Amino acid sequence: MPKLNIDGTDYEFENGTPLIEACGQVGIEIPRFCYHERLSIAGNCRMCLIEVVGGPPKPQASCAMTVNDLRPGKDNAPPQIKTNSPMVQNARHGVMEFLLINHPLDCPICDQGGECDLQDQAMGYGIDSSRFIENKRAVEEKFLGPLVKTVMTRCIQCTRCVRFMTEVAGVEEMGAISRGEDMEIVGTIEKGLTSELSANIIDLCPVGALTSKPTAFHARSWEFRKTESIDVNDALGANIRVDARGNEVVRVLPRVNDAINEEWISDKTRYVVDGLKTQRLDKPYIRENGKLRPGSWDEALKLVAAKLKAAGGGRTGAIAGDLAGVEEMFALKDLFARLGSTNVDCRQDGARLDPSLGRASYLFSSGIAAIEDADALLIIGSNPRLEAPVLNARVRKRWLRGGFTVSVILENADLTYPVQYLGANAEGLAAAAVQAFAGKQKPMMIIGGSALARADGAAILAAAAKVALTAGVVKDGWNGFNVLHTAASRVGGLDIGFVPGAGGRDVAAMLNGGVDVLYLLGADEIDLSRTGKAFVVYQGTHGDAGAHRADVILPGAAYTEKFATYVNTEGRPQMTSRAVFPPGDAKEDWAILRALSAEAGQTLPYDNLSELRAALYVKFPHLAALGTVAAHGSLDALAHLGGAINREPLRATIADFYLTNPIARASRTMADCSRARLGAVEPAHATVQRLPTYQSVGSTG
Amino acid sequence: MLADTDRIFRNLYGREDWGLEGARKRGAWDATKVLIDKGHDWIIDEMKASGLRGRGGAGFPTGMKWSFMPKSDPRPSYLVVNADESEPGTCKDREILRHDPHLLVEGSLLASFAMRAHTCFIYVRGEFIRERERLQAAVDQAYAAKLIGKNNVHGWDFEIVVHHGAGAYICGEETALLESLEGKKGQPRMKPPFPANVGVYGAPTTVNNVESIAVAGDILRRGAGWFSGLGKPNNVGTKLFCISGHVNKPCTVEEEMGIPFRELIDRHAGGVRGGWDNFLAVIPGGSSVRCLPASLCPDSLTMDFDSLQKLGSGLGTAAVIVMDRSTDIIAAIARLAAFYKHESCGQCTPCREGAGWMMRVMNRLVEGNAQKSEIDLLFKVSKQIEGHTICALGDAAAWPIQGLINHFRPVIEARIDAAQVRRQAAE
Repeated sequence: MPKLNIDGTDYEFENGTPLIEACGQVGIEIPRFCYHERLSIAGNCRMCLIEVVGGPPKPQASCAMTVNDLRPGKDNAPPQIKTNSPMVQNARHGVMEFLLINHPLDCPICDQGGECDLQDQAMGYGIDSSRFIENKRAVEEKFLGPLVKTVMTRCIQCTRCVRFMTEVAGVEEMGAISRGEDMEIVGTIEKGLTSELSANIIDLCPVGALTSKPTAFHARSWEFRKTESIDVNDALGANIRVDARGNEVVRVLPRVNDAINEEWISDKTRYVVDGLKTQRLDKPYIRENGKLRPGSWDEALKLVAAKLKAAGGGRTGAIAGDLAGVEEMFALKDLFARLGSTNVDCRQDGARLDPSLGRASYLFSSGIAAIEDADALLIIGSNPRLEAPVLNARVRKRWLRGGFTVSVILENADLTYPVQYLGANAEGLAAAAVQAFAGKQKPMMIIGGSALARADGAAILAAAAKVALTAGVVKDGWNGFNVLHTAASRVGGLDIGFVPGAGGRDVAAMLNGGVDVLYLLGADEIDLSRTGKAFVVYQGTHGDAGAHRADVILPGAAYTEKFATYVNTEGRPQMTSRAVFPPGDAKEDWAILRALSAEAGQTLPYDNLSELRAALYVKFPHLAALGTVAAHGSLDALAHLGGAINREPLRATIADFYLTNPIARASRTMADCSRARLGAVEPAHATVQRLPTYQSVGSTG
Repeated sequence: MLADTDRIFRNLYGREDWGLEGARKRGAWDATKVLIDKGHDWIIDEMKASGLRGRGGAGFPTGMKWSFMPKSDPRPSYLVVNADESEPGTCKDREILRHDPHLLVEGSLLASFAMRAHTCFIYVRGEFIRERERLQAAVDQAYAAKLIGKNNVHGWDFEIVVHHGAGAYICGEETALLESLEGKKGQPRMKPPFPANVGVYGAPTTVNNVESIAVAGDILRRGAGWFSGLGKPNNVGTKLFCISGHVNKPCTVEEEMGIPFRELIDRHAGGVRGGWDNFLAVIPGGSSVRCLPASLCPDSLTMDFDSLQKLGSGLGTAAVIVMDRSTDIIAAIARLAAFYKHESCGQCTPCREGAGWMMRVMNRLVEGNAQKSEIDLLFKVSKQIEGHTICALGDAAAWPIQGLINHFRPVIEARIDAAQVRRQAAE
């Protein structure tokens, strides 16, 4: 390992460590603007200059040199760099002055204020007055869509946004035009960015040039209460930080988790939160004479309990939606079991997944980070760009490194990297897999909802498993058999067996008149017109499809309002944290079920969340190990399932990325994104949208 | 003075046929095969022994540059000839392209063979329309005569691609040139990695100036000893000087390195307009180097890399811009500041922001509309740019202004005083 002398002390570093990282590792912070460890090196801000002793007589950019690039000194002494010599100090002061001469002094009205790299570093390297008496530069605003607001006069041309969009997001929609001081960062199309990851450039922008449009002028960064949590808008379980002010979630930022989301989140994860304030169910409602009227908890729970008891165990059923946490599903299943019903299902979309075949049959077994180790990928019935944009960025990252082939069985789609299309017919998947994986060491399969949520879904999954075992996808030290879920609740539900027990009815059977009382735990993505005369109870957060059909509404808590466990598509349990309280009379979901159980005479044996979890962990100990993935067994049972695959083409499951769940459908920002993607172009100087104030759903139905 | 028999560019003024026939009469393409048969390493060793220093401005030894190319690498090697001659005052490469293009074509073959390259890109400046046509015609002639191309008479498969730039000064910087050649925005790359390691299309590449390549044929034919016998130690051989400005007969001329400055002007350019007493200053190496006032240009001043560097200036491209006493030296340098502001690529901070700042201060200094303290400010700003940028354009923007302040501060101060007097009189 190369040795390096930094400011007079010898250290040892890993091969290939950039000098800027090496300094950071030993506690010497090097100022930087353009450098970002997950983007390519630009070396253009010149803020990270350091002195290489015995090197050229001018300072060197520490981001662009690694510890291996330096030549040893006399007698093979380690090469020496200085990070605080007069040469370095002069260089930094000079660069800082140049950055500031054309930067507006509008920090008091800049949304970046308080979390601005330029502001922070100007404290360290700026001078207290300006020597620049010429006019400052002004730059026209650019239109980058409904999420990213620009104040391009503040831009310091670091090109992080250009590099992110090009390298990570994989859409070449940003660039720099003109030369010299007239150089401008532009969106190359005036229709806004068409990436599902575009808002990450707001985080990357070291100054206030790119800020958040939906929350413009809404809050200052130091006013937030910051809560570390987990995202539920897809099955990835991206690690997030929820920033709230008062009882209002204002924004969501990514947290670094290299195993899952690195440090990116999708635009939906980031901006769905304004949907938490609209269409909220804030008190119980009871349908009377065809209309919903507000009611008390007592009244609502008594009515539901009475209906459940009257229908009798076999004629009641429960469906868990895509945003349900493990705790409430566990309580709901427990309650229905005590009522004598095995009609429970967490597979709203009808995915033919069967937890009795073992966890390996429904998990993203390799883990998300292992995408970077794979050398071939076959995607069957999934559009990862829409189903898990951050995961898709990981696939693209792997593709950029070379020596990686991607084949796809699905309707044609742009995944941001070149793929070999094998058509949309799943019949030949075994042959396709054998061909795609020939000679590959670490082949990987991703099977998605388009393949699973159909009559022959189990057969497709079984066929994939069978070929996986023979084509080297599953072998000693490597398991590339991956199911990509779209619902945050799905793996948790399958883990605790939230599927019909012996003789129980699944979603389709429940909807076909199989039950008299249907209990929807946030389930909105089903065809509610088929519920017929059943008495429908909707426990959830938003006045969406389920609530509109419901006979009784029990207002629950959204993912930012409760402590709930979600198991991501890899099988990794993680827990959300409460950032704000549920609105109005709404309660945490497990507590609603606990109260209902008492009314129904089947009191669940836990009085608080800890006791519930204790019971949960006794049955499913792997859920206690938050953040880790438990071993998931073998695929053999699934592979022996057999079954016939029909000729029906695999169709995309996500019609509109921005409107996949009740929160998103209530979000104005998501609606704007959806409209923008459909081609509705806003004027380049669209007025700033204020956050809608809190609204109650009022009377529905 | 250089003897006619020692001239390399024997058709510099275009009085004879530029084509293959004419070039052959003047000695080009003579026994090229014999040189190639002596092997890759012989050529590189001979170039090293000749002491040729790169003619693009930096003066890096050409033979040594060629020797940096990997000898066994799975990637192809490339020679890129920099014909993006844009340095203000410089007009030597265009004369080669116009009147002696076969020297360049032959030199490209020899240099590429030495570096085991089968392909050579010649990047021609955007404004050079006729020059590009002439060069292309010469390349076509060479192809037709089987001098280059597949299965040529020299036994080394060799392709030449003439690429036409779009007219940006920065694309004369070797790595920006490579970016532009690849079809990207012309912005310099960071070094390391150097082009010899990762150049055009990620392959080992050597970028040489037109003149450096065009002289290779004659050096190899006549021997390293002949070339190194001309000029001064460490500054050997012949060199094209481009003399412009306030001289009686501006010209481009081939001369020995180390020729005395005054002899160069008197003999070839007909002397300074109005005689040496009317001589104010000279920019000896193209717009990027610091100017020298008359007091620093005695009879003994010789035109070569080392002696000009000692004076804080440089030989650069040997574009000698002579200014007589009628020159407004502040306005002259302000014009250069405007040039560098206009041509900065905008990639890195000091040059992008600093070049415009310096230009604005310079424009006010021309009128005297400034404080005297701003002279020091300007100097400090130029020092903040110099050495802090990715490429040398930042240095090139800073040096002319540093030269002005170093040598003509009293003129600037007098201008400010005069303006103040004018303002007071007006009040």
